[in-house]
Amino acid sequence: MSNPANLKYTTSHEWVKTDADGTISVGITQHAQELLGDMVFVEAPEVGRKLKAKEECAVVESVKAAADIYAPVSGVVTAVNSELDSTPEAINSDPYNTWIFAMKPDNPADVSALMDAAAYQAVVDSESH
Amino acid sequence: MIGETMTLKQTPLNAAHRAMGAKMVDFGGWDMPVNYGSQIDEHHQVRNDCGMFDVSHMRVVDMKGASVRAFLRYLLANNVDKLKAPGKALYSTMLLENGGVIDDLIVYFMNEEWFRIVVNAGTADKDIAWMKQQAALHAPELSIADHPELAMIAVQGPNARAKVWEALPGSRELTENLVTFSAVEMGTMFIARTGYTGEDGFEVMIPAKAAPFFWATLAEKGVKPIGLGARDTLRLEAGMNLYGQDMDESVNPLESGLAWTVDLKSERDFIGKAALLANPPTRKLVGLVLLDRGVLRSHQQVHCAQGIGEITSGSFSPTLEKSIALARVPKDVQVGEDVQVAIRDKMLAAKVVKYPFARNGKGLI
Repeated sequence: MSNPANLKYTTSHEWVKTDADGTISVGITQHAQELLGDMVFVEAPEVGRKLKAKEECAVVESVKAAADIYAPVSGVVTAVNSELDSTPEAINSDPYNTWIFAMKPDNPADVSALMDAAAYQAVVDSESH
Repeated sequence: MIGETMTLKQTPLNAAHRAMGAKMVDFGGWDMPVNYGSQIDEHHQVRNDCGMFDVSHMRVVDMKGASVRAFLRYLLANNVDKLKAPGKALYSTMLLENGGVIDDLIVYFMNEEWFRIVVNAGTADKDIAWMKQQAALHAPELSIADHPELAMIAVQGPNARAKVWEALPGSRELTENLVTFSAVEMGTMFIARTGYTGEDGFEVMIPAKAAPFFWATLAEKGVKPIGLGARDTLRLEAGMNLYGQDMDESVNPLESGLAWTVDLKSERDFIGKAALLANPPTRKLVGLVLLDRGVLRSHQQVHCAQGIGEITSGSFSPTLEKSIALARVPKDVQVGEDVQVAIRDKMLAAKVVKYPFARNGKGLI
């Protein structure tokens, strides 16, 4: 599965999608879900929480391990995907259509400054060596 | 080792795993399959049908000589005098003088001059060194030989035995009446009705050269490969200890849920016995089920009314669809009590339960 070109990415393997209203939704990449394996639990941040870029804000747990999710940019949490309480495995089956939380960025330019799909792919390739 | 490139050891099935799409990981210095896709699917496959595991990294050790039974009576915490019928197996720990667990193992009684022992991969060299050191003192004429050239394939699940019979012509006649926890030789192979999943099945030792063919034949008969990931959740649900996690040299078997494997009743002396008798246990191993949402993991702290304990193995149980764990807690903690587990910045509610959590395809909690 290739990384969608309309998304932005972080070195910590989150993807970021800018929605029409200027909020962003955040999930984890195909590479991340593949490394972690079968998801069994998602702990999302609280709505209204103020986050700094690169702050630990959520946890995904697979059968194997727990992994931290980091805020891709600074901003405020506006929503969480509560469907993941009962279907965390959606992250495995459809990682790029399964958002974990949404936030309103303090500065939209921070989002534009994140990596594009090609730059992210280079990060993934370098990690597998 | 610093300054050296560590080369991972490979089992004879390494190429087969890769061809089947396995995700390979460094497992204690061995290049092993952690899964071939979904670990949870593999777990259910074993509980509901059957699957096969490459456990060739485990080590077979043969002890031969007239004094073998007497020596093992002294070397092991469980009593080999329980082994009367040829082929019968016994689970035991092997202890240091201070009662710490060197390893857990299965010992098979083949005849009065031959016992076969299967030990863990990560501890094999240490185990064999200890056995030889003790034999030099107590049974110098004994021969102790390990067999890294033997591969081992575990086929586990309710349909496992039937699949092995299909894959190995002639095996049915030999093993149909084999009682649980015993083994029989078949030519250069050794078929044991044992396992590490809580399901029926066989563990088959087979010369390395023949292992890929047997593996491929099982696959042709529809047996799915299962990685070490599912092996761990299956054994945890079955309430079976994992050496290095649930016990090691720093704890004794009485504090590791293994009192049932230690014979303190007979007159027999064994290595570690004096220490066990002199130090009554203050802790014990219990099962935990998480009531809140989350996942129990090893090393999380368990807060009980009687003091603080620690999770030794924790995971998500695919059979129960809950998180479960083994935990070492103060000895007065009772089944049914509520405890709190520290997970990141939260204290989550868990209940102390009797384990195993699941066996023979069914959840028991």
